[in-house]
Amino acid sequence: MATDQLAADTISGLDALEIASQQKVPGRGSRIWAATWPKLTALALALLAWQVVVWSGWKPEYALPGPVTVAKDLRAYATSGALWDGLLTTGQRAAIGFGAAVAVGLLLGLAVARVKVLRAALGSMITALQTMPSIAWFPLAILLFQLSEQAIFFVVVLGAAPSIANGVIHGVDYVPPLLLRAGRNLGARGLNLYRYVIAPAALPAIVAGLKQGWAFAWRSLMAGELLVVIAKSTSIGVQLTYARELSDAPRVISVMIVILVLGLLVDLLFTKADRAIRRRWGLLDRG
Amino acid sequence: MSTTTTTPGSASAAVALSAVTKVYGRGADAVVALDRVSLDVAPGEFVCLVGASGCGKSTLLNLVAGLDTVSGGGIQVGDDARPGLMFQEPALFPWLTVGANVEVPLKLRGLPAADRKARVAELLDTVHLGDFARRRPHELSGGMRQRVALARTLALDTPVLLMDEPFGALDAMTRDSLHDELERLWTGRNAAGTPLTVLFVTHNVREAARLADRIVLLSSRPGRVIYETRVDVSRPRRIDSPEVAAVAADVTDRLRAEVGRHGH
Repeated sequence: MATDQLAADTISGLDALEIASQQKVPGRGSRIWAATWPKLTALALALLAWQVVVWSGWKPEYALPGPVTVAKDLRAYATSGALWDGLLTTGQRAAIGFGAAVAVGLLLGLAVARVKVLRAALGSMITALQTMPSIAWFPLAILLFQLSEQAIFFVVVLGAAPSIANGVIHGVDYVPPLLLRAGRNLGARGLNLYRYVIAPAALPAIVAGLKQGWAFAWRSLMAGELLVVIAKSTSIGVQLTYARELSDAPRVISVMIVILVLGLLVDLLFTKADRAIRRRWGLLDRG
Repeated sequence: MSTTTTTPGSASAAVALSAVTKVYGRGADAVVALDRVSLDVAPGEFVCLVGASGCGKSTLLNLVAGLDTVSGGGIQVGDDARPGLMFQEPALFPWLTVGANVEVPLKLRGLPAADRKARVAELLDTVHLGDFARRRPHELSGGMRQRVALARTLALDTPVLLMDEPFGALDAMTRDSLHDELERLWTGRNAAGTPLTVLFVTHNVREAARLADRIVLLSSRPGRVIYETRVDVSRPRRIDSPEVAAVAADVTDRLRAEVGRHGH
């Protein structure tokens, strides 16, 4: 028994030696500050450059207003209710359109990854579809669905689903063969192999596909809202069109800022998800 | 895959290989990885397969594990048990904690949650990692990960353990302590009346002499059994003991002769 205890001590000693010095995480506050100040500086410089261009008198003030004018308008816009109406309409469309694209993309990707014939038939077509600028679909979409929400959804799904499908296909293709062998040996066959090994192993690639798909969906949606103007709807894109028609330059820029921020916020969510996965998997350097 | 064997006495073997042949490719490009390999492993026996690179050692384990099919001959695993397989890499699932990794085979066998929890704790204690259930694989050292892999394989509750150079990527000190661990665990199982049969592949002759009841030497291209020897050294053994060294020297000479044959 004494030798057993000695062996156990040796092994835990080795363990302690080998996993020591892995834990040095800087404080939360300093981490956030380190990530934020470069961004704030860049933003300040961009605003300054904008102001300088306005001061230079390159374009008249009514065409290119300065940051202060836009900030005032943005404030009025945010308190007017128009912004929130627009956000509701556009947000709903984004959610429905992207949701449909996710459903189509996941199913399509899984089918192509699994079935050889489908891969031969559709694999390269999905990539080709991805290179098609989504705005080029609108003339056809309008002919098919007239000026309706369906036309917008049609293009959003066509724009986003191929990226999502490609993410799934890549994820499934690049599951490490060793993990598949391990999974099969542990008793995971058929559907269980997907549940326990393939799906989780493919998750990072799927999230990357979702992120790219979102970028395409958001662009398609904005293009759609500018082109497909539906009476009585107050989407963000429609507000942008109206502002231009009224030559309301501060409002044009305000709406553009809203579009930019919205896109960034959702992108940030995907980046967070991606980082969370990578941290769990140990693919991220700390510090 | 289970073709019946005709060798008498093999019915009681834990693993019985009879004239197992494995050919990759067809026609002129065909490579014979294994050529009529016959081997009976008794229940509770620890057999090391030793050979130079390309002798089809890993192929053999894949065949026994049922991850590949034979081109000829037959393989029978006692009681139709499904053998557990360990690789040179731990092959842990990075998205799961250590405990959840060990739990996977238990889930797949349909054990209820309460039983699973107790069994995971027990298995992790067996490999001295009881305190690490909530850690992630990447937070552990190479030797610890390989012990988690061992615990996960043991969770299959299989009487047959196939190990494919499991300690090949570890430093000498860690490897020594894992040899001790494996020997202790194997001796314990046999003493408790639940014999654990081990088929262990390595190119490290010392390791084979340290662990095995019997060493089987395979030739390269095609893989054939060219030499067998029993290791009659009392346990627990030490890798640096003279008895182990003597066995290793004998096997090394045979291996040299075999490798030299390819040089001409």
